Amino acid sequence: MSSDLFYALTGASLFTLGLYALIKHAHILRKILAINVMGSGVFLLLVALAAGGQQAFDPVPHAMVITGIVVAISATALALALMLRLREASGLAVLPDTSPEELSEQLPEAPSDVASKNNGKNA
Amino acid sequence: METLTLLSWAFDVTLGLTLMWLAWRALASEDLFKGIVLFIAFGLLMALAWVRLDAPDIALAEAAIGAGLTGALLLGALAKLEAGAESRSRRSEILPRPADKTKVFSGLLVFLLLALVVMLVYAIVKLPPLASGLSAQVAENITASGVSNPVTATLLNFRAYDTLLEMAVLLLAVLGIRSLAVVQEPRGREPGAVLDMLSHLLVPLLILVSGYLLWVGSYAAGGAFQAGAVLAATGVLLLLTGWLPGAWFVGWPLRFLLIFGLAVFVAVTLVLQLFGASFLEFPPSLAGSLILLIEVAAALSIGVTLTALFLGGRPQPEPPSSGRAEKRNTSGTQPS
Repeated sequence: MSSDLFYALTGASLFTLGLYALIKHAHILRKILAINVMGSGVFLLLVALAAGGQQAFDPVPHAMVITGIVVAISATALALALMLRLREASGLAVLPDTSPEELSEQLPEAPSDVASKNNGKNA
Repeated sequence: METLTLLSWAFDVTLGLTLMWLAWRALASEDLFKGIVLFIAFGLLMALAWVRLDAPDIALAEAAIGAGLTGALLLGALAKLEAGAESRSRRSEILPRPADKTKVFSGLLVFLLLALVVMLVYAIVKLPPLASGLSAQVAENITASGVSNPVTATLLNFRAYDTLLEMAVLLLAVLGIRSLAVVQEPRGREPGAVLDMLSHLLVPLLILVSGYLLWVGSYAAGGAFQAGAVLAATGVLLLLTGWLPGAWFVGWPLRFLLIFGLAVFVAVTLVLQLFGASFLEFPPSLAGSLILLIEVAAALSIGVTLTALFLGGRPQPEPPSSGRAEKRNTSGTQPS
Protein backbone atom coordinates (compact mmCIF):
# COMPACT_ATOMS: atom_id res chain seq x y z
CA MET A 1 0.00 0.00 0.00
CA SER A 2 1.55 3.26 -1.11
CA SER A 3 1.11 6.59 0.61
CA ASP A 4 -0.95 7.79 -2.37
CA LEU A 5 -3.44 5.01 -1.74
CA PHE A 6 -3.53 6.00 1.92
CA TYR A 7 -4.39 9.60 0.98
CA ALA A 8 -7.05 8.33 -1.42
CA LEU A 9 -8.66 6.35 1.41
CA THR A 10 -8.42 9.39 3.69
CA GLY A 11 -10.23 11.38 0.99
CA ALA A 12 -13.02 8.80 0.79
CA SER A 13 -13.40 8.82 4.59
CA LEU A 14 -13.50 12.64 4.70
CA PHE A 15 -16.24 12.59 2.06
CA THR A 16 -18.35 10.17 4.09
CA LEU A 17 -17.71 12.08 7.31
CA GLY A 18 -18.89 15.27 5.64
CA LEU A 19 -21.96 13.51 4.25
CA TYR A 20 -22.86 12.26 7.72
CA ALA A 21 -22.58 15.75 9.21
CA LEU A 22 -24.52 17.23 6.30
CA ILE A 23 -27.48 14.94 6.99
CA LYS A 24 -27.20 14.99 10.76
CA HIS A 25 -26.94 18.69 11.63
CA ALA A 26 -29.80 21.09 11.18
CA HIS A 27 -27.82 24.32 11.41
CA ILE A 28 -27.04 25.70 7.95
CA LEU A 29 -23.57 26.99 8.83
CA ARG A 30 -22.62 23.48 9.88
CA LYS A 31 -24.07 22.05 6.67
CA ILE A 32 -21.88 24.49 4.73
CA LEU A 33 -18.83 23.33 6.70
CA ALA A 34 -19.81 19.73 5.97
CA ILE A 35 -20.06 20.37 2.22
CA ASN A 36 -16.62 21.96 2.30
CA VAL A 37 -15.18 18.90 4.07
CA MET A 38 -16.84 16.67 1.46
CA GLY A 39 -15.28 18.76 -1.28
CA SER A 40 -11.84 18.49 0.29
CA GLY A 41 -12.29 14.72 0.42
CA VAL A 42 -13.14 14.58 -3.28
CA PHE A 43 -10.15 16.76 -4.20
CA LEU A 44 -7.82 14.61 -2.11
CA LEU A 45 -9.18 11.43 -3.72
CA LEU A 46 -8.81 12.84 -7.24
CA VAL A 47 -5.21 13.99 -6.83
CA ALA A 48 -4.10 10.96 -4.81
CA LEU A 49 -5.51 8.53 -7.39
CA ALA A 50 -3.85 10.47 -10.21
CA ALA A 51 -0.52 10.45 -8.36
CA GLY A 52 -0.60 6.71 -7.72
CA GLY A 53 1.24 4.40 -10.05
CA GLN A 54 2.95 6.79 -12.41
CA GLN A 55 6.29 8.50 -12.36
CA ALA A 56 5.64 11.88 -13.97
CA PHE A 57 2.98 13.91 -12.18
CA ASP A 58 -0.20 14.63 -14.08
CA PRO A 59 -0.97 18.37 -14.10
CA VAL A 60 -4.54 18.01 -15.35
CA PRO A 61 -6.12 16.85 -12.06
CA HIS A 62 -4.08 19.52 -10.25
CA ALA A 63 -5.52 22.22 -12.49
CA MET A 64 -9.02 20.80 -12.00
CA VAL A 65 -8.64 20.85 -8.22
CA ILE A 66 -7.44 24.49 -8.23
CA THR A 67 -10.51 25.34 -10.30
CA GLY A 68 -12.60 23.33 -7.84
CA ILE A 69 -11.24 25.22 -4.81
CA VAL A 70 -12.21 28.56 -6.35
CA VAL A 71 -15.67 27.27 -7.29
CA ALA A 72 -16.07 25.90 -3.74
CA ILE A 73 -15.39 29.28 -2.14
CA SER A 74 -17.83 30.95 -4.56
CA ALA A 75 -20.54 28.47 -3.61
CA THR A 76 -19.71 28.84 0.10
CA ALA A 77 -19.96 32.62 -0.06
CA LEU A 78 -23.31 32.46 -1.86
CA ALA A 79 -24.63 29.87 0.59
CA LEU A 80 -23.61 32.04 3.55
CA ALA A 81 -25.39 35.04 2.03
CA LEU A 82 -28.52 32.92 1.50
CA MET A 83 -28.30 31.71 5.11
CA LEU A 84 -28.15 35.28 6.42
CA ARG A 85 -31.10 36.21 4.20
CA LEU A 86 -33.08 33.22 5.55
CA ARG A 87 -32.29 34.28 9.10
CA GLU A 88 -33.50 37.74 8.27
CA ALA A 89 -36.74 36.39 6.84
CA SER A 90 -37.56 33.57 9.26
CA GLY A 91 -35.50 34.25 12.36
CA LEU A 92 -33.79 30.86 12.25
CA ALA A 93 -30.66 29.63 10.52
CA VAL A 94 -31.63 25.96 10.56
CA LEU A 95 -33.29 23.53 8.22
CA PRO A 96 -35.42 21.65 10.74
CA ASP A 97 -36.97 18.23 10.26
CA THR A 98 -40.24 19.50 11.58
CA SER A 99 -42.72 21.90 10.09
CA PRO A 100 -42.58 25.54 11.25
CA GLU A 101 -45.75 25.12 13.37
CA GLU A 102 -44.34 22.15 15.27
CA LEU A 103 -41.12 24.05 15.66
CA SER A 104 -42.74 27.01 17.37
CA GLU A 105 -44.52 24.58 19.72
CA GLN A 106 -41.25 22.94 20.64
CA LEU A 107 -39.48 26.22 21.32
CA PRO A 108 -41.88 27.97 23.65
CA GLU A 109 -40.43 31.43 23.92
CA ALA A 110 -37.69 31.82 21.35
CA PRO A 111 -39.21 32.06 17.91
CA SER A 112 -42.54 33.31 19.19
CA ASP A 113 -41.33 36.91 19.25
CA VAL A 114 -39.81 36.36 15.83
CA ALA A 115 -43.00 34.77 14.55
CA SER A 116 -45.13 37.58 15.85
CA LYS A 117 -42.73 40.09 14.35
CA ASN A 118 -42.91 38.36 11.01
CA ASN A 119 -46.66 38.13 11.17
CA GLY A 120 -46.78 41.81 11.89
CA LYS A 121 -44.54 42.44 8.92
CA ASN A 122 -46.67 40.34 6.62
CA ALA A 123 -49.96 41.78 7.77
CA MET B 1 16.87 4.98 3.31
CA GLU B 2 14.82 2.46 5.25
CA THR B 3 14.35 4.79 8.21
CA LEU B 4 13.50 7.64 5.83
CA THR B 5 10.60 5.77 4.23
CA LEU B 6 9.46 4.69 7.68
CA LEU B 7 9.57 8.31 8.83
CA SER B 8 7.64 9.59 5.82
CA TRP B 9 5.11 6.80 6.36
CA ALA B 10 4.69 7.80 9.97
CA PHE B 11 4.25 11.41 8.86
CA ASP B 12 1.61 10.51 6.25
CA VAL B 13 -0.39 8.39 8.67
CA THR B 14 -0.23 11.07 11.39
CA LEU B 15 -1.30 13.73 8.91
CA GLY B 16 -4.17 11.64 7.57
CA LEU B 17 -5.48 10.78 11.00
CA THR B 18 -5.13 14.40 12.18
CA LEU B 19 -7.10 15.53 9.14
CA MET B 20 -9.87 13.06 9.97
CA TRP B 21 -9.90 14.07 13.61
CA LEU B 22 -9.94 17.82 12.83
CA ALA B 23 -12.77 17.37 10.33
CA TRP B 24 -14.73 15.36 12.89
CA ARG B 25 -14.20 17.90 15.66
CA ALA B 26 -14.98 20.83 13.33
CA LEU B 27 -18.29 19.24 12.37
CA ALA B 28 -19.28 17.86 15.76
CA SER B 29 -18.17 20.51 18.27
CA GLU B 30 -20.94 22.23 20.19
CA ASP B 31 -19.67 25.72 19.52
CA LEU B 32 -19.89 27.00 15.94
CA PHE B 33 -16.98 29.39 16.47
CA LYS B 34 -14.76 26.54 17.60
CA GLY B 35 -15.92 24.48 14.65
CA ILE B 36 -14.91 27.19 12.19
CA VAL B 37 -11.49 27.66 13.79
CA LEU B 38 -10.92 23.91 13.60
CA PHE B 39 -12.02 24.00 9.96
CA ILE B 40 -9.36 26.64 9.25
CA ALA B 41 -6.77 24.38 10.89
CA PHE B 42 -8.11 21.55 8.73
CA GLY B 43 -7.56 23.66 5.62
CA LEU B 44 -3.97 24.43 6.60
CA LEU B 45 -3.21 20.75 7.16
CA MET B 46 -4.85 19.99 3.80
CA ALA B 47 -2.25 22.33 2.29
CA LEU B 48 0.43 20.18 3.94
CA ALA B 49 -1.18 17.06 2.44
CA TRP B 50 -1.03 18.69 -1.02
CA VAL B 51 2.68 19.26 -0.55
CA ARG B 52 3.07 15.59 0.36
CA LEU B 53 1.22 14.70 -2.86
CA ASP B 54 3.67 16.82 -4.92
CA ALA B 55 1.05 19.44 -5.70
CA PRO B 56 2.55 22.78 -4.57
CA ASP B 57 0.18 24.78 -6.79
CA ILE B 58 -2.84 23.31 -5.02
CA ALA B 59 -1.12 23.79 -1.65
CA LEU B 60 -0.80 27.52 -2.31
CA ALA B 61 -4.40 27.79 -3.47
CA GLU B 62 -5.68 25.75 -0.52
CA ALA B 63 -3.74 27.75 2.08
CA ALA B 64 -4.83 31.10 0.64
CA ILE B 65 -8.39 30.31 -0.46
CA GLY B 66 -9.46 27.08 1.23
CA ALA B 67 -8.16 27.94 4.69
CA GLY B 68 -7.66 31.71 4.75
CA LEU B 69 -10.47 33.31 2.79
CA THR B 70 -13.10 30.63 3.45
CA GLY B 71 -12.30 30.97 7.15
CA ALA B 72 -12.68 34.75 6.99
CA LEU B 73 -16.00 34.34 5.15
CA LEU B 74 -17.31 31.83 7.70
CA LEU B 75 -16.24 33.91 10.71
CA GLY B 76 -17.76 37.01 9.14
CA ALA B 77 -21.05 35.22 8.54
CA LEU B 78 -21.05 33.82 12.09
CA ALA B 79 -20.50 37.30 13.52
CA LYS B 80 -23.46 38.63 11.51
CA LEU B 81 -25.53 35.63 12.58
CA GLU B 82 -24.84 36.18 16.25
CA ALA B 83 -25.16 39.95 16.16
CA GLY B 84 -28.61 40.81 17.37
CA ALA B 85 -29.86 37.53 18.77
CA GLU B 86 -27.26 35.58 20.65
CA SER B 87 -29.58 33.40 22.66
CA ARG B 88 -31.57 32.46 19.60
CA SER B 89 -28.60 31.23 17.60
CA ARG B 90 -27.42 29.17 20.53
CA ARG B 91 -30.86 27.71 20.86
CA SER B 92 -31.24 26.91 17.20
CA GLU B 93 -28.03 24.96 17.45
CA ILE B 94 -29.57 22.54 19.95
CA LEU B 95 -32.92 22.17 18.25
CA PRO B 96 -34.77 19.20 19.65
CA ARG B 97 -35.71 16.47 17.24
CA PRO B 98 -38.55 14.01 17.46
CA ALA B 99 -37.08 11.49 19.89
CA ASP B 100 -38.56 8.28 18.53
CA LYS B 101 -37.53 8.92 14.96
CA THR B 102 -34.00 10.10 15.78
CA LYS B 103 -32.62 6.81 17.07
CA VAL B 104 -33.89 4.70 14.20
CA PHE B 105 -32.78 7.22 11.64
CA SER B 106 -29.30 7.74 13.01
CA GLY B 107 -28.80 3.98 13.27
CA LEU B 108 -29.88 3.55 9.66
CA LEU B 109 -27.77 6.51 8.58
CA VAL B 110 -24.62 5.20 10.25
CA PHE B 111 -25.22 1.78 8.71
CA LEU B 112 -25.71 3.19 5.21
CA LEU B 113 -22.68 5.43 5.45
CA LEU B 114 -20.52 2.57 6.74
CA ALA B 115 -21.66 0.56 3.73
CA LEU B 116 -20.72 3.52 1.53
CA VAL B 117 -17.22 3.68 3.05
CA VAL B 118 -16.72 -0.05 2.54
CA MET B 119 -17.83 0.24 -1.09
CA LEU B 120 -15.61 3.25 -1.72
CA VAL B 121 -12.58 1.57 -0.15
CA TYR B 122 -13.25 -1.57 -2.18
CA ALA B 123 -13.56 0.46 -5.39
CA ILE B 124 -10.37 2.40 -4.69
CA VAL B 125 -8.31 -0.66 -3.81
CA LYS B 126 -9.65 -2.65 -6.75
CA LEU B 127 -9.02 0.09 -9.29
CA PRO B 128 -7.02 -1.20 -12.26
CA PRO B 129 -3.48 0.18 -12.47
CA LEU B 130 -3.68 3.61 -13.97
CA ALA B 131 -3.22 4.34 -17.60
CA SER B 132 -0.57 6.93 -18.33
CA GLY B 133 -2.98 9.80 -17.69
CA LEU B 134 -2.48 13.00 -19.59
CA SER B 135 1.01 13.85 -18.34
CA ALA B 136 2.63 12.67 -21.58
CA GLN B 137 0.41 14.86 -23.77
CA VAL B 138 1.00 17.85 -21.53
CA ALA B 139 4.76 17.28 -21.64
CA GLU B 140 4.70 16.98 -25.44
CA ASN B 141 2.82 20.22 -25.98
CA ILE B 142 4.32 22.30 -23.20
CA THR B 143 6.60 24.21 -25.57
CA ALA B 144 3.59 25.37 -27.61
CA SER B 145 1.70 26.56 -24.54
CA GLY B 146 3.79 29.67 -23.87
CA VAL B 147 4.62 28.82 -20.23
CA SER B 148 6.77 26.13 -18.64
CA ASN B 149 4.73 25.37 -15.51
CA PRO B 150 2.52 22.46 -16.63
CA VAL B 151 -0.28 23.38 -14.20
CA THR B 152 -0.45 26.95 -15.51
CA ALA B 153 -0.28 25.63 -19.06
CA THR B 154 -3.23 23.34 -18.31
CA LEU B 155 -5.25 26.06 -16.59
CA LEU B 156 -4.71 28.84 -19.09
CA ASN B 157 -4.13 27.01 -22.34
CA PHE B 158 -5.02 23.30 -22.62
CA ARG B 159 -8.11 23.56 -20.46
CA ALA B 160 -8.70 27.29 -20.74
CA TYR B 161 -12.41 26.54 -20.97
CA ASP B 162 -12.38 25.55 -17.27
CA THR B 163 -10.78 28.81 -16.25
CA LEU B 164 -13.10 30.87 -18.42
CA LEU B 165 -16.18 29.24 -16.89
CA GLU B 166 -14.66 29.51 -13.44
CA MET B 167 -14.35 33.27 -13.85
CA ALA B 168 -18.02 33.23 -14.82
CA VAL B 169 -18.87 31.23 -11.68
CA LEU B 170 -17.06 33.77 -9.50
CA LEU B 171 -18.93 36.59 -11.20
CA LEU B 172 -22.26 34.78 -10.74
CA ALA B 173 -21.56 34.26 -7.03
CA VAL B 174 -20.78 37.92 -6.49
CA LEU B 175 -23.86 38.94 -8.49
CA GLY B 176 -25.98 36.66 -6.31
CA ILE B 177 -24.57 38.14 -3.13
CA ARG B 178 -24.96 41.69 -4.37
CA SER B 179 -28.61 41.05 -5.09
CA LEU B 180 -29.21 39.44 -1.69
CA ALA B 181 -27.96 42.11 0.68
CA VAL B 182 -26.96 45.73 0.98
CA VAL B 183 -23.95 46.58 3.10
CA GLN B 184 -23.79 49.94 4.72
CA GLU B 185 -20.55 51.41 5.77
CA PRO B 186 -19.89 50.71 9.40
CA ARG B 187 -18.67 54.15 10.32
CA GLY B 188 -16.16 54.91 12.99
CA ARG B 189 -14.64 51.49 13.46
CA GLU B 190 -11.21 51.92 15.02
CA PRO B 191 -8.75 49.12 14.29
CA GLY B 192 -6.49 49.54 17.31
CA ALA B 193 -2.80 50.37 17.27
CA VAL B 194 -1.37 46.91 16.56
CA LEU B 195 -3.71 46.06 13.68
CA ASP B 196 -3.29 49.54 12.26
CA MET B 197 0.51 49.33 12.23
CA LEU B 198 0.48 45.73 11.01
CA SER B 199 -1.75 46.61 8.10
CA HIS B 200 0.59 49.44 7.12
CA LEU B 201 3.42 46.93 6.99
CA LEU B 202 1.51 44.03 5.47
CA VAL B 203 -0.51 45.64 2.70
CA PRO B 204 2.43 46.70 0.48
CA LEU B 205 4.15 43.40 1.21
CA LEU B 206 1.05 41.39 0.27
CA ILE B 207 0.63 43.29 -2.98
CA LEU B 208 4.28 42.55 -3.77
CA VAL B 209 3.79 38.85 -2.96
CA SER B 210 0.72 38.79 -5.19
CA GLY B 211 2.67 40.24 -8.11
CA TYR B 212 5.48 37.77 -7.51
CA LEU B 213 3.10 34.80 -7.47
CA LEU B 214 1.54 36.01 -10.70
CA TRP B 215 4.89 36.32 -12.44
CA VAL B 216 6.43 33.13 -11.09
CA GLY B 217 3.35 31.12 -12.14
CA SER B 218 4.65 30.79 -15.70
CA TYR B 219 7.52 28.53 -14.63
CA ALA B 220 6.95 27.46 -11.00
CA ALA B 221 4.19 27.03 -8.44
CA GLY B 222 1.93 30.07 -8.51
CA GLY B 223 -0.40 31.75 -10.94
CA ALA B 224 -3.46 33.93 -11.31
CA PHE B 225 -5.59 32.21 -8.68
CA GLN B 226 -2.97 32.26 -5.97
CA ALA B 227 -2.09 35.87 -6.81
CA GLY B 228 -5.76 36.84 -6.78
CA ALA B 229 -6.25 35.12 -3.44
CA VAL B 230 -3.35 37.02 -1.85
CA LEU B 231 -4.74 40.24 -3.31
CA ALA B 232 -8.11 39.36 -1.78
CA ALA B 233 -6.42 38.75 1.57
CA THR B 234 -5.06 42.28 1.30
CA GLY B 235 -8.56 43.56 0.65
CA VAL B 236 -10.00 41.64 3.60
CA LEU B 237 -7.25 42.98 5.86
CA LEU B 238 -8.03 46.52 4.73
CA LEU B 239 -11.75 46.00 5.33
CA LEU B 240 -11.02 44.65 8.81
CA THR B 241 -8.93 47.68 9.69
CA GLY B 242 -11.87 49.92 8.87
CA TRP B 243 -10.68 51.07 5.47
CA LEU B 244 -13.52 51.44 3.05
CA PRO B 245 -13.58 52.14 -0.66
CA GLY B 246 -14.64 55.67 -1.40
CA ALA B 247 -18.01 56.50 -2.88
CA TRP B 248 -16.43 57.04 -6.28
CA PHE B 249 -15.12 53.48 -6.29
CA VAL B 250 -18.13 51.35 -5.44
CA GLY B 251 -20.11 52.33 -8.53
CA TRP B 252 -18.75 51.80 -12.02
CA PRO B 253 -15.07 51.28 -11.14
CA LEU B 254 -15.92 48.34 -8.88
CA ARG B 255 -18.26 46.78 -11.44
CA PHE B 256 -15.61 47.24 -14.10
CA LEU B 257 -13.01 45.44 -11.96
CA LEU B 258 -15.46 42.61 -11.19
CA ILE B 259 -15.98 41.80 -14.88
CA PHE B 260 -12.48 42.80 -16.04
CA GLY B 261 -10.94 39.29 -15.96
CA LEU B 262 -13.81 37.61 -17.77
CA ALA B 263 -14.07 40.47 -20.27
CA VAL B 264 -10.36 40.34 -21.18
CA PHE B 265 -10.51 36.56 -21.49
CA VAL B 266 -13.52 36.68 -23.83
CA ALA B 267 -12.10 39.63 -25.78
CA VAL B 268 -8.79 37.83 -26.39
CA THR B 269 -10.50 34.69 -27.67
CA LEU B 270 -12.90 36.68 -29.87
CA VAL B 271 -10.08 38.70 -31.43
CA LEU B 272 -8.10 35.53 -32.07
CA GLN B 273 -11.17 33.94 -33.65
CA LEU B 274 -11.36 36.87 -36.07
CA PHE B 275 -7.86 35.91 -37.18
CA GLY B 276 -8.89 32.34 -37.80
CA ALA B 277 -7.99 30.56 -34.58
CA SER B 278 -10.53 28.17 -33.10
CA PHE B 279 -12.25 28.93 -29.78
CA LEU B 280 -9.71 29.41 -26.95
CA GLU B 281 -6.79 28.48 -29.19
CA PHE B 282 -3.68 30.59 -28.64
CA PRO B 283 -1.04 30.74 -31.40
CA PRO B 284 2.21 29.41 -29.87
CA SER B 285 4.25 32.50 -30.74
CA LEU B 286 1.86 34.78 -28.85
CA ALA B 287 0.68 32.36 -26.18
CA GLY B 288 3.13 33.50 -23.49
CA SER B 289 2.15 37.16 -23.64
CA LEU B 290 -1.54 36.41 -24.07
CA ILE B 291 -1.53 34.15 -21.01
CA LEU B 292 0.25 36.85 -19.01
CA LEU B 293 -2.32 39.43 -20.12
CA ILE B 294 -5.24 37.18 -19.20
CA GLU B 295 -3.62 36.24 -15.89
CA VAL B 296 -3.04 39.87 -14.85
CA ALA B 297 -6.67 40.72 -15.59
CA ALA B 298 -7.91 37.52 -13.96
CA ALA B 299 -5.81 38.03 -10.80
CA LEU B 300 -7.14 41.59 -10.40
CA SER B 301 -10.71 40.42 -10.91
CA ILE B 302 -10.34 37.42 -8.61
CA GLY B 303 -8.86 39.61 -5.87
CA VAL B 304 -11.64 42.18 -6.11
CA THR B 305 -14.34 39.51 -6.43
CA LEU B 306 -13.21 37.55 -3.38
CA THR B 307 -13.00 40.77 -1.36
CA ALA B 308 -16.53 41.60 -2.51
CA LEU B 309 -17.64 38.14 -1.39
CA PHE B 310 -16.21 38.90 2.06
CA LEU B 311 -18.02 42.24 2.13
CA GLY B 312 -21.17 40.14 1.72
CA GLY B 313 -23.43 42.50 -0.18
CA ARG B 314 -23.79 45.48 -2.43
CA PRO B 315 -21.90 48.38 -0.88
CA GLN B 316 -24.07 51.40 -0.29
CA PRO B 317 -21.85 54.47 -0.28
CA GLU B 318 -24.46 57.19 0.07
CA PRO B 319 -26.18 57.78 3.37
CA PRO B 320 -29.29 55.74 2.61
CA SER B 321 -32.80 57.10 2.75
CA SER B 322 -34.27 56.98 6.24
CA GLY B 323 -36.92 54.32 5.56
CA ARG B 324 -34.40 51.87 4.21
CA ALA B 325 -31.98 52.50 7.04
CA GLU B 326 -34.66 51.70 9.60
CA LYS B 327 -35.61 48.49 7.89
CA ARG B 328 -32.03 47.28 7.70
CA ASN B 329 -31.33 48.21 11.27
CA THR B 330 -34.20 46.14 12.61
CA SER B 331 -33.28 43.17 10.48
CA GLY B 332 -29.89 42.83 12.11
CA THR B 333 -27.78 42.30 9.02
CA GLN B 334 -25.64 45.28 9.80
CA PRO B 335 -22.52 44.44 11.76
CA SER B 336 -22.64 46.40 14.95
